[in-house]
Order: sequence, then structure tokens, then C-alpha cells
Amino acid sequence: MISYTQLFLKTFKISAVTFGGGYTIVPVMRDVFVSKDALILDDEMLNLIAIAQSAPGPIAVNTSILIGYKLKGIKGALVTTFATVLPPLLIITVISFFYVQFQTNPIIQAALLGMRGSISAIMGYAVFSMGKNTLRNHRYFSAVLMIIIFLLGYFTPIPTIALIIGSGLTGLIYFGMIKEKVL
Amino acid sequence: MIYLELFWTFIQIGAFSFGGGYAVLPMIQKYVVEQHQWITLGELADITSISQMTPGPIAINAATFVGVKVAGIWGGVIATIGCVLPSFILLIILAYYFFKHSNLHFVQNILKGLRPAIVSLIALAAISLTLIALWTYPQGDLLSIDNLNLSAIVSAAVSLFLLIKFKLDTIGVIAVGAIIGIIIYLI
Repeated sequence: MISYTQLFLKTFKISAVTFGGGYTIVPVMRDVFVSKDALILDDEMLNLIAIAQSAPGPIAVNTSILIGYKLKGIKGALVTTFATVLPPLLIITVISFFYVQFQTNPIIQAALLGMRGSISAIMGYAVFSMGKNTLRNHRYFSAVLMIIIFLLGYFTPIPTIALIIGSGLTGLIYFGMIKEKVL
Repeated sequence: MIYLELFWTFIQIGAFSFGGGYAVLPMIQKYVVEQHQWITLGELADITSISQMTPGPIAINAATFVGVKVAGIWGGVIATIGCVLPSFILLIILAYYFFKHSNLHFVQNILKGLRPAIVSLIALAAISLTLIALWTYPQGDLLSIDNLNLSAIVSAAVSLFLLIKFKLDTIGVIAVGAIIGIIIYLI
């Protein structure tokens, strides 16, 4: 069994040194908790990752919440959540103060403008690959929903939350009721 | 009261940013940039790039950044807690249910509908952020060629090339963008 302190330290370390979000941090967590320490079985870990992806929020935080819950119940979940959130919280707090001070520095401004260009490209590329991946399953359903949501989001003042709830319900009704009856 | 407002806003953002990563951007754009005007669209672009170079997910980084900017250190803490709270509660419920029944079929069906929608919502946020990046005009509504931002256009083009051709990771791409920005400024 693992102690709360160990659980905290392990999760904190993973969160502090892993850059690049969910797709890089989840394999590291798996490596630590499944391979090295054998605290969680591989199958269980895959289930946890699947559940992590079914809730809103970042996959990295969600996975660590579930690891904590699996190992030590709700208290464990609180410990791992705190340990995961703490490193970025500290780092970004420091950066925020510098950001305000550096806003008038022309060199930093120039660097940030260049970075804005890069992030546009990164996001464009990400949207493209996400779209391609999504269209791999249920191609027509996904394509139609994608176009409808894009048009509604662009041309109407319907709130984002309403669009999200609406599309979730559409999936629930389409796949839960219609498809199951046909098959 | 500003703390309460921050907390509630980020609870909503946390509760509806399905899909992780960039999925939080459309929510932040709507609630933080447009509704409360706590940060500008340009600042959202900046924090998104900074996020790529520091550990931690964009959602957490953005919550901390906005919170600190609006209400200092405690603002950052409160916004971050608000952002995590909904998924925390929902996940404990889902995990409890899953360990008992070991299936989450209905959740999977909801997700099949959410995934394509999220792509479109992220695409819309990406378009806004790209417009603000490529045109320096403060409001971003005057899309004339005079206001085009040269360094952002060059770095966007170079970044796209590096991403597609060499599969360079995002930290590298952002660093290249920063260097291009500084070089163009100096010449």
C-alpha cells in the first residue's frame, strides 16, 4: 500500500516535469503507477484513462484524480488532484506577475507576437488532425454534426454550453435509442 | 464579489470543457474574454502559447493566469479550484458507478455526439485567436493589409511547415516563433 505522502510526491513530480499536456503525461503516469510500482494493473489503468476521457477537464488532471481515488478513496483523490495542480499553479502565478511587468518590454512583446503566430499554426494543425480522427468513426453522423455546430457557433448567439449539451444529447439519442433498435 | 464571480465562472468552464486540451479555449473565450472581459483575446493567445512551454494543462494554466490577473494570488487559487471541481465530482461519481457496474455505455454515447461538436467549437476559437495573432489592430475588426502582423505571419508559416514536415513538438515550434518574432523586430 502507498502512503499519502508518497502518493503526493509521485504525482507532484510527474506533474512538475512533464510538458505538453495529456498525451505526454498519461503515459508517464502509467509508467510510474503500473510498470514501476505495480500499484495498478494495466487493464485497470486503461479503464481509468477511459473514464478520465468521459468527464470534462484536462485528461492529465482527470487521470490523476482517478488514480488517487483507486488507490486511497476520496482522500487519495484530493491528494493527487492537489499534487497535480500545484506545479502549474505555482509556475503560472510567477509568470503572470512577470507577464504584467514585461508587457511594455519591446523584445518580450516581439517574442510574444511571434509565438502568437506559432500557436495559430499549432491550433490549426491540431483542429485538422482532431477533425480527421473524429471522422474515422461514424463518418456521416460526425460530419453533419460538425458542420451544424460550426455554423450555429459562427452565425447564431446560441451559448457554447447549449451547443455542448445539445450535441451530447444528440449522441445519446442517436446511438442509444435509434442505433440500438436497428441493430 | 470578485472571488465568487471568478469561482462560478471557472466552475462553468470546468464543467463544460469536454475533450481536454484546447477544448477549454472556446469556453474561456466566451466567458472570460467576451462576457467578463477579464483578459483580451491577445492575452488568451499569449497564455495558450506560454502553456505549451510550461508543465500543466491549458485549462489550469489559463485559470491561474486569469485569476491572478483579476484578483491576485488568491484569485489564481480560487479560479483553479473552480476549474477542477466539476470534473472532480463527476469523476468520483463515474468511477464509483463504473467499479460497480463496469460499463459506461450511456457516457460513451454522449461522447460520440460531443467529439465532433468539440472539434468545431475549438475550430471557432482557433479562428478568433488566429485573427488576433495575424492582425495587430487592437480590436481585430479592421482586417486591412496595413495592419497585418509580419512576424506572426512568418512564424505561423514556418511553424506550419515544421509541424507538417518535421513533426516538431509544440515547445520547439513556439520557441522558433519567439525567435522569429525577436529577429524581425531587430531588423
